[in-house]
Amino acid sequence: MIEYALQFGLAAASLALLLNLWRLLRGPALMDRVLAVDTMVINIIALIILFGIQQRSTIFFEAALLFAMFGFISTVAYCRFILRGDVIE
Amino acid sequence: MTFVLELLVSLLIVAGGAFLLVGSIGMVKLPDLLTRLHAPTKATTLGVGGALTASMVFFAGLEGTLSIHEVLITAFLFMTAPISAHFIAKAHLHEHTELRDGLPPTGRPYGWSTFDAAPAAGEADGEDDRRGAHD
Repeated sequence: MIEYALQFGLAAASLALLLNLWRLLRGPALMDRVLAVDTMVINIIALIILFGIQQRSTIFFEAALLFAMFGFISTVAYCRFILRGDVIE
Repeated sequence: MTFVLELLVSLLIVAGGAFLLVGSIGMVKLPDLLTRLHAPTKATTLGVGGALTASMVFFAGLEGTLSIHEVLITAFLFMTAPISAHFIAKAHLHEHTELRDGLPPTGRPYGWSTFDAAPAAGEADGEDDRRGAHD
């Protein structure tokens, strides 16, 4: 039963990634693209976690945690660059 | 017991995947950025929370290896999602200053803190006191 749920979850996360990619390529405003990348990072984290369940391995959590940190920091750095013209003043 | 745990894990995975999908569909379908911001920050965060809870139940209940990493990732994501959404909205407002006219009135003597500096009226007394103390 978990296998079927995992297939659904992996398909949903992948489809969500494709929709985010569409918004990333299309996005009229600059911040749309930043938001798309931020959402893609969260979807990739979900994909990594579901893949870890499928492989029955706990080795992927560090990768997910690193993705979470880098996604947040890159979003905030880009927004600060747009707001202030500099990342660290 | 194993069946109940498997059912719980499957339900959490399906709910998480559905929320991820809803968040991304919302980001494609909604009309402009400030409404589009709602879908990923709420639905997608909830979806990834569902997947992480499923992983926690799976490894603790069925594999027998209790892991705390998921709690860490969930707490980090739930803390950082509002901050990044706030930054994106603020940067968008400063990039499109014509949106400033569409903001509702604040009902206070000063405007929105994103655009106007905070008034020094309330702090003037304290500042005077401090200046007097230093002199």
